[in-house]
Amino acid sequence: MAEKAEILKNLDEKYKYGFVTDIEADTVPCGLNEDIIRLISAKKNEPQWLLEWRLKAYRHWLTLTEPSWAKLSYDKVDFQALSYYAAPVQKKQPKSLDEVDKDLLDTYNKLGIPLKEQEALAGVVAVDAVFDSVSVATTYRAQLAEKGIIFCSISEAIKEHPDLVQKYLGSVVPYTDNFYACLNSAVFTDGSFVYIPKGVKSPIELSTYFRINAKNTGQFERTLIIAEDDSYVSYLEGCTAPQRDENQLHAAIVEIVVMNNAEVKYSTVQNWYPGDKDGKGGVYNFVTKRAACRGVNSKISWTQVETGSAVTWKYPSCILQGDNSVGEFYSVAITHNKQQADTGTKMIHIGKNTRSKIISKGISAGFSNQTYRGLVDVGANADNARNYSQCDSLLIGSTCGSHTVPYVRNRNKSAVLEHEATTSKISDEQLFYCQQRGLTEEEAIGLIVNGFCKEVMQNLPMEFAIEAAKLINISLEGSVG
Amino acid sequence: MAEPILEIKNLSATVAGKEIIKNLNLTINADEVHALMGPNGAGKSTLSYVLTGKPDYEVTGGEIRFCGKDLLAMKTDERASAGLFLSMQYPVAIPGVATNNFLKHAVNAKRKYEGLPELDAAEFLKLLRTEAKNLNIGADMLKREINVGFSGGEKKRMEILQMSLLKPSLAILDEADSGLDIDALKLVADGVNKLHNETNALLIITHHLDLLNHIEPDIVHIYADGHIIKSGDKNLAIELEKSGYKTFVDAE
Repeated sequence: MAEKAEILKNLDEKYKYGFVTDIEADTVPCGLNEDIIRLISAKKNEPQWLLEWRLKAYRHWLTLTEPSWAKLSYDKVDFQALSYYAAPVQKKQPKSLDEVDKDLLDTYNKLGIPLKEQEALAGVVAVDAVFDSVSVATTYRAQLAEKGIIFCSISEAIKEHPDLVQKYLGSVVPYTDNFYACLNSAVFTDGSFVYIPKGVKSPIELSTYFRINAKNTGQFERTLIIAEDDSYVSYLEGCTAPQRDENQLHAAIVEIVVMNNAEVKYSTVQNWYPGDKDGKGGVYNFVTKRAACRGVNSKISWTQVETGSAVTWKYPSCILQGDNSVGEFYSVAITHNKQQADTGTKMIHIGKNTRSKIISKGISAGFSNQTYRGLVDVGANADNARNYSQCDSLLIGSTCGSHTVPYVRNRNKSAVLEHEATTSKISDEQLFYCQQRGLTEEEAIGLIVNGFCKEVMQNLPMEFAIEAAKLINISLEGSVG
Repeated sequence: MAEPILEIKNLSATVAGKEIIKNLNLTINADEVHALMGPNGAGKSTLSYVLTGKPDYEVTGGEIRFCGKDLLAMKTDERASAGLFLSMQYPVAIPGVATNNFLKHAVNAKRKYEGLPELDAAEFLKLLRTEAKNLNIGADMLKREINVGFSGGEKKRMEILQMSLLKPSLAILDEADSGLDIDALKLVADGVNKLHNETNALLIITHHLDLLNHIEPDIVHIYADGHIIKSGDKNLAIELEKSGYKTFVDAE
């Protein structure tokens, strides 16, 4: 199998995305105050309403304190020591890939991002590549535009589709939502915007690669996806970041609105720098992702493979407002060395006959610590709501930790809620059995772990599934023996 | 004169500090079928684990050569790829891992070791179907998770299927007959016999004569207290069946 050889090659590469592109960055001074926010907004030529919204968020943020309920322990972030805006300096706005800075393109090539447009339609992916904070290039837009699909950076959307942005921005994650979401609302620099009109099924999977580059720059992406009635889109998000000793802060927001009979599938592979084996460096990942199923028969499906970051705080959630709406959460989280992850989901059942499914697979190795934290909330009017939750933990070695914290709040007698949880270890017997059949220890662990995650992996689009299987192997390198 | 496949000289080994194998000598040549018989707790399985390099089984003395190579210098997976196969007494279940996927990994690991190109899905499936049919293993079973919820008989047949796919130079069958009914026993024995030829060898670990009536041994060893106390032809096994182990062990 060719993939297998590729996996083995990758096993030797440690964190191969740990390089830094040397480009002059247009960075605003460190620190956060109203003037900085005005500066960011001015640099981006934003409308007045957005500046005011940012300032409202900032003023609210000043009243909040950083949450401490998660099972995470890390040095607190000094928010005044960060710079809140960094854009790669370019002579002028590029009109085509030929005009894009060569260093940037080299960086993407090292990451294996297919920026060049390919003729083949089958299986191709449109890439809205985000370099630090500014979108550099977007492909396949014309093709999507023919169907009326808007896929662009949120900065462009603010300029070109202000009504849509103003209508939906903050409508799923209000700026008052939580500490990090509030901060993001005040200082977000860029991200992606997707609008699928009524009755349209996106012919390709939409994809964004994020990359953190400039030194000491917090990243605050903001993504907004709107799926109108009877529409469908599958959106892929993949991330890698160069190696750094300083901790890098990432506080993103993803908001999704799903109308009648529409479906959105959102898949993430997250492999930001996890820090070294002693826990030095690595990305702090505090993300708020939420989808509102506003329409009847609407559906949102979150699939995530989380292998990176030193600290992960992330709960992609579903608000099941429309009758018969469906929310799904499929998650694989891998922590190794000194990584920490507190992750899960919230399923908020509001409409009648709403259904949700949670499949969470946590793999802990080394000295890492991992918590599944999930909420299933059934409102008084959510007749016949149904939830199935399955949380499985796999431990590798005896120095890691795994915790499951399921919260259930039910105010409707007709609801049926099921929760199953297991904890297991990769046994010496299983490893021996595989090795006796000729598999190396790394191959054996990869096979066993991929088997453990199967139910989640099979929900990923094909190209992502291969990448994710590789990542699982790389992430667990050296976890035994 | 046939080539020696396995040469064990003055082998001693411990597990958890306890000496289990004591000064064992055994040579198995190509084309030979050896049977290792002995009472419960004699350390027969221990020998199979020492040969295959299971962790916690520590060799304290002696040497082992396998097809001319220093076996003890090789890792478990290298020994396997070099042609040493152990049909386990209790094959372990691996949830989530489909049997056909597991078998494909195993076959390709060996091919890679031998410098052969790996088989793609279609080539492998063709090979697998042929071998599985011989052991009366259906397509459904190959899609199930390996050894998960398998009956005793299914597990043993799955071990022999792996043996037939990997074509080892030496196959150790550890209680391949335990828990099998007469039909299943015959199926397993036929499978093994079909694989045996002048280039490879078998080491059959068993308590009973049953399996040896289906797979004819050339040499029978009685194993007790960590070493071989007596060797002979198949008649030794027949004698043993009549008189029991105690006679031989006491005579030691």
